[in-house]
Amino acid sequence: MRPQLASATTRVVNATSRRLGRGQGTVAGGRAGLRLDPRLLEHLSAGRQVALVTGTNGKTTTTRLLTVGLGASGDDVVSNETGSNMPPGHVAALAGSRARRAVLETDEVYLPRVLTATGASVVLLLNLSRDQLDRTNEVRMIAGSWRAALAAAPHTHVVANADDPLVVWGAGVARDVHWVGAGLRWQHDAVGCPSCEGRIEFTAARWSCAGCGFARPEPEATLVIAADGTARGEWADGRSAAVRLALPGRFNRSNALMAAVAAEASGVDALRALAAMEGVEEVAGRFTVRSFGDVQARLMLAKNPAGWGELLDLVAGSKAPLVVSINARIADGADPSWLWDVPYERLTERAVVATGDRYRDLSVRLHYGGVTHTTEPDPVRAVTSAAGGSDDVVDVIGNYTAFYDLLGAP
Amino acid sequence: MTRSLRIAVVYPDLLGTYGDGGNGLVLARRAEWRGHEVALLQAVSDRPLPEADIYCLGGGEDGPQVRAARTLIDDGTLARRAAEGAVVLAVCAGFQIVGRTFPGAAGDPHDGVGLLGVETVKPTGPRAVGEVLVEVDPAAFGPLPPLTGFENHGGVTALLEGTAALGRVVVGVGNGAGDGSEGAVQGHVVGTYLHGPVLARNPALADQLLSWALGDVTLDCLDDEASESLREERLATVGGKRRRRRRA
Repeated sequence: MRPQLASATTRVVNATSRRLGRGQGTVAGGRAGLRLDPRLLEHLSAGRQVALVTGTNGKTTTTRLLTVGLGASGDDVVSNETGSNMPPGHVAALAGSRARRAVLETDEVYLPRVLTATGASVVLLLNLSRDQLDRTNEVRMIAGSWRAALAAAPHTHVVANADDPLVVWGAGVARDVHWVGAGLRWQHDAVGCPSCEGRIEFTAARWSCAGCGFARPEPEATLVIAADGTARGEWADGRSAAVRLALPGRFNRSNALMAAVAAEASGVDALRALAAMEGVEEVAGRFTVRSFGDVQARLMLAKNPAGWGELLDLVAGSKAPLVVSINARIADGADPSWLWDVPYERLTERAVVATGDRYRDLSVRLHYGGVTHTTEPDPVRAVTSAAGGSDDVVDVIGNYTAFYDLLGAP
Repeated sequence: MTRSLRIAVVYPDLLGTYGDGGNGLVLARRAEWRGHEVALLQAVSDRPLPEADIYCLGGGEDGPQVRAARTLIDDGTLARRAAEGAVVLAVCAGFQIVGRTFPGAAGDPHDGVGLLGVETVKPTGPRAVGEVLVEVDPAAFGPLPPLTGFENHGGVTALLEGTAALGRVVVGVGNGAGDGSEGAVQGHVVGTYLHGPVLARNPALADQLLSWALGDVTLDCLDDEASESLREERLATVGGKRRRRRRA
């Protein structure tokens, strides 16, 4: 009786919170349900095939891609699409659906307990790098907690990025691992070997530790980017398919290939899943173009140095005005020191406006980086002032809460 | 008179986790803006440590920290250059490894480089995480405005006899040894737990280190409007915390 009551409570609170306009209605109901039944996530997962998606960057997008990919089977798929990636968000999503398949974006620190509760059949491990260090402390601790959790889950199929040594360490002792050569642009957190504290050497296509032999496993599928920028997934068994996406960026091609391999581990043909992903045009507002008065702006999210590295690749060539908005609220991490790990020097050719709660930290960083910029504490005014009367679409990059502030601004 | 200055960021591949590489950049720009020629070196751990006038060490994770200490001791350059009067700024994990001993991931003691008379052990309580405000000890360091920064460490650092603290903690934990101290200073070697990076938030400390490296010269003023605005905001924020704590 308790699970049913808790589940019903979750739905009612969520519906009420949505009606009252208090956010997207995913956390309050989940919390209420979990208070009535602390094992609610376990109960709601029973009888479903659950896939968990975790890692530092790309969780929300990959969760969406995998959800669409699994949908190619014709089955209904439930997912925590709003990015509430801890148990209250999981419970809220599952309580509202009878779908047999579930894809849950999962906070990297919460993976062990969510895996235990859901008994997930598939876990997708994207990448691990520094992010919100005031909350997560050390990236290696997270990799170690994944390793212990997956060792205790012998029936779980793991899909993992073979190019990230910390992910490989985290997945290392799982019984069934599908390695994907998904690429890793940011390697600065992985130089110290997680196995022996030796030094990991990266070459163009592989990595290995000279001290203990810990090395890149042979992937079953690899992302290959041609000189013209087109992407293909190439499988060790000879299959090959173009990775065509409406979403921009190398990192999203990498996310799509990992999602395709995870779809296959869930019983849906990888190439069929990949084809279904082509139609995804935007995910939770990322890359949305919206207007602020007369000004059009493209909204992008980068919340740590690894994410920034990928986005700088995408925007460095443009001459359009650029607004950077930085907050340091709980969801962002309270310490914006990471701004000094981002090579903002690449923006010296662009007209930059610094904004957000912590625009002063950003302004100091840009000052020492030789990036000419102005400051405007109010994010919306920053966007309109950046346009300067021109018709250019303004590029806007915010970290987590800064991005959502602008996405939801009236 | 302009001089050429070599600034080394020590082992960014092992001690580069918390943005502390910015300290090297701040020192380099502040010297260049005053007309000095600067070589800013990113000294990776698989090469011999280069000769430099200023060495900056940053924060890192437990495993890489142990490796960094071992490599610095084997290499020998840092200890020799410090003895010759080079300036060393060591932050967080870097602060711990320039002391006498520090704990590895399991709490087991490891030898440090021994530039500062401090010993670090694992705390029994939780990690120290949050904004910090430090009043610098004018007797030990000379007059400096208060230091602002962000700490994030699981270490308790005790000052041994004859070693001075960098300052006294007004808000935050600092060394955490119960004496209210933060950091340590010995000659031209400065250790601290403050990230931010510390020199970006405290340009007066950066200039003090530059002045040592250039031979105790007086430095021209720079345009520090952006830094001053950040300092005002941070000091007001932690000032508010101090009042709340007192009420509690």
